Amino acid sequence: MNYLIGLLAIVFFFLAVSVIAKSVKLNNKLSGTEEDDSTVDNFNNANGIGMLIFWLLFVILGSWSFLNARPDFLPIAASEHGVKTDNMFWSSMAVVTFAFFISNTLLFYFAYKYRFNKNRKATFYPVNHKLELIWTVIPAIVMAVLVFTGWRTWRDITSQAPSNAAVIELTGHQFGWFVRYAGVEDGELGNVNYKLIDDTNSLGIDFTDKNSFDDFTATELHLPKGQPVLLKIRAQDVLHSVYLPFHRVKMDAVPGMPTKFWFIPTISTDEMRAKLGKPDFNFKVNCTEVCGRGHFGMSITVFVDEPEDYKKWVAEQKPFLATNPAYLDKVPTNLKAKASKYIPIEPIATDSTEAVSVN
Amino acid sequence: MSTAISTAEEVHTHDHDHDHDHEHHELGFIRTYIFSEDHKTIAKQYLISGILWAFLGGSLSILFRLQLGFPEMSMEWLRPILGGWIDDSGKLDKEFYLAMVTMHGTIMVFFVLTAGLSGTFSNFLIPLQVGARDMASGFINMLSYWFFFLSSVIMFSSLFIETGPASGGWVIYPPLSALPQAMPGSGLGMTLWLTSMTFFIVSSLMGGINYICTIINLRTRGMTFTRMPLTIWSFFFTAVLGLLSFPVLLSAALLLIFDRSFGTSFYLSEIYIQGQALPNVGGSAILYQHLFWFLGHPEVYIVLLPALGMTSEIIATNSRKPIFGYRAMIGSMMGITALAFIVWAHHMFVTGMNPFLGSVFMFLTLIIAVPSAVKAFNYITTLWKGNLVFTPAMLFSIGLVSLFISGGVTGIILGNSALDINLHDTYFVVAHFHLVMGAASFFGLMAGVYHWFPKMFGRMMNKSLGYIHFWFTFVGVYMVFFPMHYIGIAGFPRRYYTFTALGNDSMAAFTDMNMFISIAAIITFSAQAIFAWNFFYSIFKGKIAPANPWNSNTLEWTTPINPEHGNWPGEIPAVYRWPYDYSKPGAPEDFIPQNVPHSATLESNLPEENAEIAREKDIEGLLGAQNESYTH
Repeated sequence: MNYLIGLLAIVFFFLAVSVIAKSVKLNNKLSGTEEDDSTVDNFNNANGIGMLIFWLLFVILGSWSFLNARPDFLPIAASEHGVKTDNMFWSSMAVVTFAFFISNTLLFYFAYKYRFNKNRKATFYPVNHKLELIWTVIPAIVMAVLVFTGWRTWRDITSQAPSNAAVIELTGHQFGWFVRYAGVEDGELGNVNYKLIDDTNSLGIDFTDKNSFDDFTATELHLPKGQPVLLKIRAQDVLHSVYLPFHRVKMDAVPGMPTKFWFIPTISTDEMRAKLGKPDFNFKVNCTEVCGRGHFGMSITVFVDEPEDYKKWVAEQKPFLATNPAYLDKVPTNLKAKASKYIPIEPIATDSTEAVSVN
Repeated sequence: MSTAISTAEEVHTHDHDHDHDHEHHELGFIRTYIFSEDHKTIAKQYLISGILWAFLGGSLSILFRLQLGFPEMSMEWLRPILGGWIDDSGKLDKEFYLAMVTMHGTIMVFFVLTAGLSGTFSNFLIPLQVGARDMASGFINMLSYWFFFLSSVIMFSSLFIETGPASGGWVIYPPLSALPQAMPGSGLGMTLWLTSMTFFIVSSLMGGINYICTIINLRTRGMTFTRMPLTIWSFFFTAVLGLLSFPVLLSAALLLIFDRSFGTSFYLSEIYIQGQALPNVGGSAILYQHLFWFLGHPEVYIVLLPALGMTSEIIATNSRKPIFGYRAMIGSMMGITALAFIVWAHHMFVTGMNPFLGSVFMFLTLIIAVPSAVKAFNYITTLWKGNLVFTPAMLFSIGLVSLFISGGVTGIILGNSALDINLHDTYFVVAHFHLVMGAASFFGLMAGVYHWFPKMFGRMMNKSLGYIHFWFTFVGVYMVFFPMHYIGIAGFPRRYYTFTALGNDSMAAFTDMNMFISIAAIITFSAQAIFAWNFFYSIFKGKIAPANPWNSNTLEWTTPINPEHGNWPGEIPAVYRWPYDYSKPGAPEDFIPQNVPHSATLESNLPEENAEIAREKDIEGLLGAQNESYTH
């Protein structure tokens, strides 16, 4: 294929050279003879016919390239709303492609058909209110239908997340994503505060909030198949944007303003691997808001598990407090007892330096 | 430059009719060519600056297309030009890649398609087509260009500083643009960007006020609003858009300057960066986006409307046919202008803005498709049963209509907030706006240059080279941006140095296509050399132009071939009719210029136009008042 493109370039180059050479020759010939005072020159027909040829080639090559690239378009939608927006995308595309095709065809055909002919006079046709009314009203109606269907889908997608949704926090930073789960006990994320961020507590989890005791962090995103997932999205430094291409999920991560997006993954990683015949396939989270040098590489792996596998995985995870017992010091005295129960080893690690070195 | 090929002293000798106190003695070289107050010279200054910027902006895009099309290629050969921006492994530096993307956008949107397009043709055509001796204020007009020049110098110099130019994308969203520790381009480069844009805004405001004043106050006698060419209407709406939206960008920029330099927190809140928690709280990064797009969206139309106006004129002239639906064209431009102010947040559907707001903006955005569709249909109907003369300007105008349609229809997809979720910030968006505002406006610019070159420089450009230039550009632009939609549908994000992190070999599927796009871009860009050569050669060596080379109706063709300062050596002509009397039944010629009274065309007058004859005296009676207005 590389060679094909190289070849194409060479063909183009020679085409260019020959066209230039030929027209320079023609031009010399023209300027040699007396040019008539009309503004129309010998190339007028060629340009008019060129318009039609251009459009014919465009349609042929456009259709070919579309069919050729079709398998690589929109990857299989792996979320409930993704299937809906994909369908709407293709039906809207059909509508606009129709409009695109009709109006361009008329444009180029008229350019060809009505090219200058000195025996003909143009038709003086300044206005037709009926015609104008028709082509104001028709696009307006089409737009109204598109707006209405689009609005309904948008409303559903952005509605309140179901109460049983798995709450997962994604935090963007230069250049990666932190993942935090609400934990198994309370299912609620504890507070975070950017001023509490340190080398270990890279999210700034606030341990004065009892909801944070069972929260655990991860380096990959695990999602339960067939269950609503609510992503709570944050950013620490600059804007980022959460993008799960297969799930049709995109939402900016804004420092100082938490955002969210909920959806239902419908295809597990294993199913997708089987579907695509790629045993090493993985879903990804990417970044789609320019955030600096490493923007293009800011991705983590997403695993969509069967619900029972997901449960199992969650159960295996240790709360942040369990792996970093030193942070028990930050817990207010009245909650110490509650927090201590997440610390697996012996009572309270008094030697905090030793505890930190555990990780 | 027009005076380079004519003698400079004839004006005041022939000039008995208007105020002599106002006539100056021969202006020196500096006042004639550099600090000139003549709208035609200022227009040429804008045009040539715009062309230089366009080549720079274009070459930046070629550099990053090389990276995208040939990710394995060694860029070592660019080291003599780019120096340290080529890293040790012989690859383009990743931050410099972002810097180029940013500067390409900034240069093309502001310096080429705003200043180069609107600055050139609003300045050149408004006085000539409304029948005025010059702009309302020649001095402010001159200042406008020199502020733009200052802004250009600052922006250009930012390319050469060690930390590189601004790199956060042309939208410069904070906090990335506000924090020098976030990327090197957000240091001095961003300071220069903001300074440069501040001067740029000052420049465009001074220009815009002048355009509006001139159109409202200095129309010649008989030039009612409904007799104005569509070019003038489009420049009018463009100036209104700029006047109302650029100040908002200025305030956005000022607040950003405060955040960067004076420790305020307009856009910054709860930031932890490079191991440090910043003290800023309470700001909103979304606020910046609202302010930016309140300009940013009208900016699209600031770029596009002049192109649409000029092509209306060119298509009517070269179809030898009146523009179809003159009033509908004005109405749709008016509609676009009004709607342009209330659609900005469609750039922000997935920024975390309230989804209800998303619904509202989706509705408003899709309304704007209606006037745009009307315009496209009116263009096509103008061609219908015309007698088309394919001058290079006409070819570029037809190209514009095609690009406007092709790029416009995908706007309907992107304006739908539900569909925008997946397409936002992908190459689908890149393809969409490059067709509809980038390429379409560029084609308008080219059409304008080819059409009005004879009036600007008194010479003709070579047509054959114009045809070749058109075909390469037209085919090339489609080859670059049509396949780009495919990459966007596949979900490839923009501003990516490389697509490896998408994983799963998805990059491989489009390796060939990216290569194809890059090759097409290089060919298209190279073809612009044909234009450059034709343009600069023809300024000095082109064939001398006839007075009205395209048999056009508008007033600029009633001036001498090389109009002096003041434009008309004698009286400014009066206007008796609209500018689109082409191929009128009964008329001996296929065009009747605007300054021909109906009493002279009895054979072709429509029944209602005979009533106009009685009003011709009233129009003539305004001569005294008009001359009066130039005496002060």
